[in-house]
Amino acid sequence: MELKDKLVSSFLAFENKGGLDLDSNVHELRLKAIQNFENQGFPSKKDEEWKYTNLKPLLKNDFCLFPETKNPVGYKNIREYLINEIESYTLIFVDGVFSSFLSDTTHEECDVCVLSSALTKPKYKMVIDNYFNTIAKENNSLAELNTAFTKEGAFINIPKNTIVPKPIQILYFSTGSENEVLLQPRNLVVVGENSHVQIIERHQNLSKNTTFTNAVTEIFAHKRAIVDFYKIQNDTNASSLVDSTFVSQKQQSVASVHTYSFGGKMTRNNLEFYHEGEHITSNLNGISILNGKQHVDNHTLVNHKFPNCESHELYKGIYSDKSAGVFNGKVIVQQAAQKTNAFQQNNNILIDDGASINAKPQLEIFADDVKCSHGCTIGQLDESALFYMQSRGIPKKEAKALLLFAFGNDVVEKIKIPQLKSRITKLIAENLGVQLGFDL
Amino acid sequence: MLSIKNLHANINDKEILKGINLEIKAGEVHAIMGPNGSGKSTLSAVIAGKEEYEVTQGSVILNNEDLEDSAPEERAHKGIFLSFQYPVEIPGVTVTNFIKTAINETRKAKGQEELPAKDMLKLIREKADLLEIDRKFLSRSLNEGFSGGEKKRNEIFQMAMLEPKLAILDETDSGLDIDALKVVANGVNKLKSKDNAVLVITHYQRLLDYIVPDFVHVLHNGKIVKSGGKELALELEAKGYDWLK
Repeated sequence: MELKDKLVSSFLAFENKGGLDLDSNVHELRLKAIQNFENQGFPSKKDEEWKYTNLKPLLKNDFCLFPETKNPVGYKNIREYLINEIESYTLIFVDGVFSSFLSDTTHEECDVCVLSSALTKPKYKMVIDNYFNTIAKENNSLAELNTAFTKEGAFINIPKNTIVPKPIQILYFSTGSENEVLLQPRNLVVVGENSHVQIIERHQNLSKNTTFTNAVTEIFAHKRAIVDFYKIQNDTNASSLVDSTFVSQKQQSVASVHTYSFGGKMTRNNLEFYHEGEHITSNLNGISILNGKQHVDNHTLVNHKFPNCESHELYKGIYSDKSAGVFNGKVIVQQAAQKTNAFQQNNNILIDDGASINAKPQLEIFADDVKCSHGCTIGQLDESALFYMQSRGIPKKEAKALLLFAFGNDVVEKIKIPQLKSRITKLIAENLGVQLGFDL
Repeated sequence: MLSIKNLHANINDKEILKGINLEIKAGEVHAIMGPNGSGKSTLSAVIAGKEEYEVTQGSVILNNEDLEDSAPEERAHKGIFLSFQYPVEIPGVTVTNFIKTAINETRKAKGQEELPAKDMLKLIREKADLLEIDRKFLSRSLNEGFSGGEKKRNEIFQMAMLEPKLAILDETDSGLDIDALKVVANGVNKLKSKDNAVLVITHYQRLLDYIVPDFVHVLHNGKIVKSGGKELALELEAKGYDWLK
């Protein structure tokens, strides 16, 4: 049976498994979503948006949709994936199920908890009805699939005037009791007026088995809210991820999404920003360091609808071996969005002949009083810079690494949590196969 | 110290150096002068080991050791330093981090421990003071947005840190005004000793007013066509290069 048919026919089993809010508005959305998914199916290479990323080989797997955890996961199994150097709230999920034992949630100043409980508790009904699935787009069939099977994920609800005292770490683990597992976590993040939150998200396969994570995150930033969302993608070579993240911003809010892609077999990031007010700032930062046959596709959209907003987009890529990158950066400036400042930059280095990058800046500007720029470069390492460093006694391998570090540095510089910054620096060094005697 | 014998070198199958012979002893300052395209920069790049150049004949010998198979970093470890005509900008790496890496890699190659951070800092400060370099300068990204004078001064700072046996100054005077030139030359003079040697490569005589050479060689069409004392530089300044062709 094809995966699509299997999914559609499994929906009934999903409903009957229990623990679902079957009378809720959310369930209405699920029913609509499974229908949409059935009509649309998975995207293929014939879709313009999926021209360079082929899902077909992945979809041939016989995915288990409702995995069970046979070997319990303890703190020692997951410790290395947490940023331990900082106090934080943690939401840990194992094979799609929340682990209260490993997590550290709160309901004090704000709600940092799980979606399954938010979906069933009356006190969250209003938040859920107001926000859930309001910006995840219907034409994104993978997001629809996620909506149809929405059950678990992070629920973060920050009231107004609240500075969340510590970062929130969301980690999804799979243990691979089954050979091929499909996971569909769903996150909802609502940040009230004048509030500030920092979130770190990671998907990690603890086994050698094949996993496919189809994640959806909706983020709402209200007036003057500040949201920093960091995505660490350093999964095993048997793991694939489609991450669809939608951000809706009200006036004067600042939302930043940082994507660090160092691992995984196939990763597709759909990142979309929608403006609902003036004086908004949107930041999109990403760095991909790939080798082997890894594939990372960053598809971004910033939709400027109101005047006086700005967006800053910076994506860098370093591709070795036969790895492949895709960058598609769409910026829409609607007619009303005068005085928009939209900047986009995408720089790539191809280390080996077999590596490739398909880069496509896409600007659609309908307003006439705007500042928009985009720059895209694809190059190799600068030989004269290498010689310069070698002539100072730095061996070629270290010199290369130093240059690549320097190349990615402006993305890393944007990390506001120092402990996370040094972790990312370490991951970059690991991926470049060197040790550096200093922090950048 | 350095002995160059019948050196021939090509780039892209075009012969640039056509038989260079040069002996430099410890404590000496040599100057190589010559018109554009005579092979001056090629000579310095070949000594430093730039891979694009192919040595077809002859040899470069440093302290009785043939450098033929040495990578640029190995030559640096053995005591060769090249001050670049156009130092490369490396955004994101500070002057301090760069020199730290260079020093520690050199120590590693020699089988020494890394220099403790405290000693490194002390050394950096000492050399910065010697060359009248502002401390703020050290935390800037290497050569990024540096003026011509700052770039050259940074080269000499690195030279001071690495304490080479043979320092090659490739067109160090280009792009410098007279004040910057004096500062750079002063730095070189302070670092000069009876144990090291300096090879100055220049188009004009004016740098040699400040770094006074013991020997001057004229390079033309890939060969040294005339050698002499420091007065040869003045003669070249007055007469140009045409009379030697």
